[in-house]
Amino acid sequence: MKIYNGGKILLGLIVFAALFASPFYLNMGKVSAKPELKIDTPEIQKLKDKKCVEPKEFMRAEHMQVLNNWRDAVVRDGDRNQIIISGQKYDKSLQNGCMKCHSNKKDFCDKCHNYVAVKPYCWDCHIAPKENKS
Amino acid sequence: MSMNRRDFLKIAGISTAAGIGGTALASGLKKGVLEAAQTAPNTEALAGKRWGIAIDMSKLKSDESIKRITEACHRIHNVPDFSNTKDEVKWIWTETFEHSFPGQEHKFMPEDMKHKPFLLLCNHCDKPACVRVCPTKATFKRSDGIVMQDMHRCIGCRFCMAACPFGARSFNYKDPRLAKNLQEYMNPEFPTRTIGVVEKCTFCYERLSKGLKPACVDESNGALVFGDLDDPASEIRKILASKHTIRRKPELGTEPNIFYIIGGNDYAVVPEIK
Repeated sequence: MKIYNGGKILLGLIVFAALFASPFYLNMGKVSAKPELKIDTPEIQKLKDKKCVEPKEFMRAEHMQVLNNWRDAVVRDGDRNQIIISGQKYDKSLQNGCMKCHSNKKDFCDKCHNYVAVKPYCWDCHIAPKENKS
Repeated sequence: MSMNRRDFLKIAGISTAAGIGGTALASGLKKGVLEAAQTAPNTEALAGKRWGIAIDMSKLKSDESIKRITEACHRIHNVPDFSNTKDEVKWIWTETFEHSFPGQEHKFMPEDMKHKPFLLLCNHCDKPACVRVCPTKATFKRSDGIVMQDMHRCIGCRFCMAACPFGARSFNYKDPRLAKNLQEYMNPEFPTRTIGVVEKCTFCYERLSKGLKPACVDESNGALVFGDLDDPASEIRKILASKHTIRRKPELGTEPNIFYIIGGNDYAVVPEIK
């Protein structure tokens, strides 16, 4: 069997394959560092019992569901009952709850979100706490 | 394999019972694992069934007092100011009598009444037209009478703006954070909005939940009276029972909950009838 313009086609295929696979071989051997979240803000260090509203593992996997439930409770049902953890009361609120302790959005929210390439639109409306650049 | 009817029914029954019991057991166990944290009931919140405001126009005399009210509202709620009417976002604003109460003006009415600025805000209607037309239920009626906006759901279709007969709703044509006043100051306790959503007065639901009255009422030195229209003993009901009040466009049947006390004229120049 004869391929018309075989050389050009083969060359084209090789170039295509090389370009297509470039992300794989360019990043081969490089390990991108796992995001290390900082939970040592001054606000957290002040706490006697350093506990979030749910266990760490649960929050890591389900914090978006927690926030969704809080939003529905507060905005739609007007339910602003506070959450008590070791005697400390917390608002069901991103801006006035979570971020009061986790005042380091860049080292807490953004690190993971950038790593897994998700862009939550929380911050289009909600105001992030002011951070001191260190 | 052959099976008679009796055996078939037995197996079907047992497997049904096992299925229902199994799921109940499993979900019961799961609930135990994810037991919600302890909550403190919010006892500070003001409770009501039909919030309303009575505005005494005779007590709203100076432009400064009106400016103080509108600025306090817009400041704590991060309302952008683009200084042009096309992009304007307003929660509380002023209009002339003719535009506030169309059809009720006439050429013999007091001159000062014609030009007086009337304080306008969302009427938190009993039968809100905006809520009926919202395709995503982003705007809805709360059990305390507040017509609320869920900004997470708003798709910016602007049906509510077309439906509202009072012009109480504003669309964010621009990213509100680009407004000069918000770049200078934002209330860190309250969110801004994003481009492409509709916003309006929320009767300060966030203040009510802390036991505070709406900001406009607090700033008004008694010209605005806030209260529960469902409670016959409330101050606002006493005012409505003793003074003649008017509402904006009541003929449309949306049952607005903002009342205006117009009177307060001193009848200084009533000509003597001979």
